[in-house]
Amino acid sequence: MEKFLETLKLAFITLKSNKMRSLLTMLGVIIGVTSVILLIAIGSGLKIYITSQFESIGANILYIMPGEFEFGSGEEGGGMQGAGMAASKLTIEQGKDLVRRSTAIKTVMPYTENNATVSYKGKSQTTQAAGVTYEYTKIRDQYPESGSFFTLSQQEAGKKVVILGKTVAEKLFGENDPLGKKVTISENKFTVLGVLPSQGALAGVDTDNQIFIPVTTALTTFDMENIIGFWLQAKDQESIEQAKIEAEEIMLRTLDDDDFSVVDTESLLSVVGQVLGALTVALAGIAAISLIVGGIGIMNIMLVSIAERTKEIGLRKAIGATPKIILIQFLIESVVLSVGGGITGIIIGVLGAALINQFFPAVITFWSILLAFFVSVIIGVIFGVVPAGKAAKLNPIQALRYE
Amino acid sequence: MKILQLDNVSKTYNAGSQPLHVLKKINLEIEKGDFIAIMGPSGSGKSTLMHIAGCLDTPTSGKVIFENKDISKLSEAELAQIRNKKIGFVFQTFNLIPRTTTLDNVQLPLIYAGVEAEKRKTRARETLEQLGLKERAFHFPNQLSGGEQQRTAIARALINKPSIILADEPTGNLDSKTGKEIIDIFKKLNKEGNTVVLVTHDEQIAKNARKIIRIYDGEIS
Repeated sequence: MEKFLETLKLAFITLKSNKMRSLLTMLGVIIGVTSVILLIAIGSGLKIYITSQFESIGANILYIMPGEFEFGSGEEGGGMQGAGMAASKLTIEQGKDLVRRSTAIKTVMPYTENNATVSYKGKSQTTQAAGVTYEYTKIRDQYPESGSFFTLSQQEAGKKVVILGKTVAEKLFGENDPLGKKVTISENKFTVLGVLPSQGALAGVDTDNQIFIPVTTALTTFDMENIIGFWLQAKDQESIEQAKIEAEEIMLRTLDDDDFSVVDTESLLSVVGQVLGALTVALAGIAAISLIVGGIGIMNIMLVSIAERTKEIGLRKAIGATPKIILIQFLIESVVLSVGGGITGIIIGVLGAALINQFFPAVITFWSILLAFFVSVIIGVIFGVVPAGKAAKLNPIQALRYE
Repeated sequence: MKILQLDNVSKTYNAGSQPLHVLKKINLEIEKGDFIAIMGPSGSGKSTLMHIAGCLDTPTSGKVIFENKDISKLSEAELAQIRNKKIGFVFQTFNLIPRTTTLDNVQLPLIYAGVEAEKRKTRARETLEQLGLKERAFHFPNQLSGGEQQRTAIARALINKPSIILADEPTGNLDSKTGKEIIDIFKKLNKEGNTVVLVTHDEQIAKNARKIIRIYDGEIS
């Protein structure tokens, strides 16, 4: 123990006497650890954010999407199947069928999504036009801050009415009241019924840059036959399984098995989680390559340092240092370098994640810090053991003669 | 009392096509309190002899008995411990560690011996005082004169109270006046009961020893 503490002290003295070199050597590990910490933080942040977004929607929601929806353990060899990407065969009539035949489903909302340009008096805004039903407000628990949403009768009549997202309203009307004004969407005049409150931004994407029109109007305006999907609301949380089974049965009356998928929030989240998890691991893995480069840097400097101190090693051996003590001395030096780099990288990574979190979700997880710390210890040992072993094996007489 | 005994010690290096016989059946005895100078031209084998006597090297054949113990077949780690506790080395080039203070340089053998910090410091201070270096304890080697550096190295050799002090050309890097001071220190240490072996090629230095062993072509003449 006594020897160990002295050796540790000595390692610090040695590294301090070569500050610039030590810092540059650590830089590789610093960069590697910082990027691993940051990438894991962003991955976790995104996952938590998306989860909370879905949870705010409510647990008793199901989605029907066109095509097959699975990820990873699919029987056809895995991979992301083309859910939502396949040509949709879903129609509004199927939705009506669902409400009529099911006992567990309370609400069915068909929806569409289109890119559209909204203009008013020479000002225009490119936005996402969502075709929904009058039940949207209840399902999302989102109500206009001014004006009102469209009604069932307006929807069934295919009226050209629109509810603006906050951003769209501000871009087109500024301080003026948009209610009752006529805006142009795809060469059609729409009456503004209401404005939704701000929802904030995600990952630089403005979720308020959206407009809502009746789904029936959307089909005619954008000249489509099929909708993009359904939102289903089960009667309560207990009947969600029942609702899923019923929805599948009812949909199978008009469609094939692989034309649609009924997905609950949980399985949607697990897919999102798997995708993000795989992405995080892949990115962190790439970042980890720089850790290996950092380790090689440490090994290189240790070899140089040992060559420079050959005579000193000879002297230490002459006055009683065993090969084991010499090995430990240089191993400690390389571990101090890599752990020093690791701790610095962790600090920079944590501060960086806090900074990033101001405009993009980033969450530092305890395990990533622990992982980074142990990886840097291991790098110090792995890349230090070869040079240290070389030092330990030096012949004391030859080492003493070294000039 | 016999400290070191060499029985028919030979050292052969297999460099190149022909084996190089550096030492040929050397017999040598060193008694406690001896002051011996080993002399010989370069290449004569005197350094190799000192390395074997100092447990830095093992012979190809023959026996080395150090304090009644045969050390010719010991492992490197075992030899390191004997060097640490029983032998004090002084080198021509001082070999101080540049980044650490005089005090730290002197206490280094005690660190390897596992002596605790307080005891180490006390012993190192005492030894430095003995060599007139009390004021230099916190200086770094490059702040010391050549003579002071060699005195520091002697203090380091003495700190473990070794059975034998081996000095390899200790005055080789010093001017003649400082060299004489260093030799006087060895003489004083010998008077105090220490066993000193001095390797040199300088006749004037060798004269200070009580016994001179001349080595030529790997043999004692």
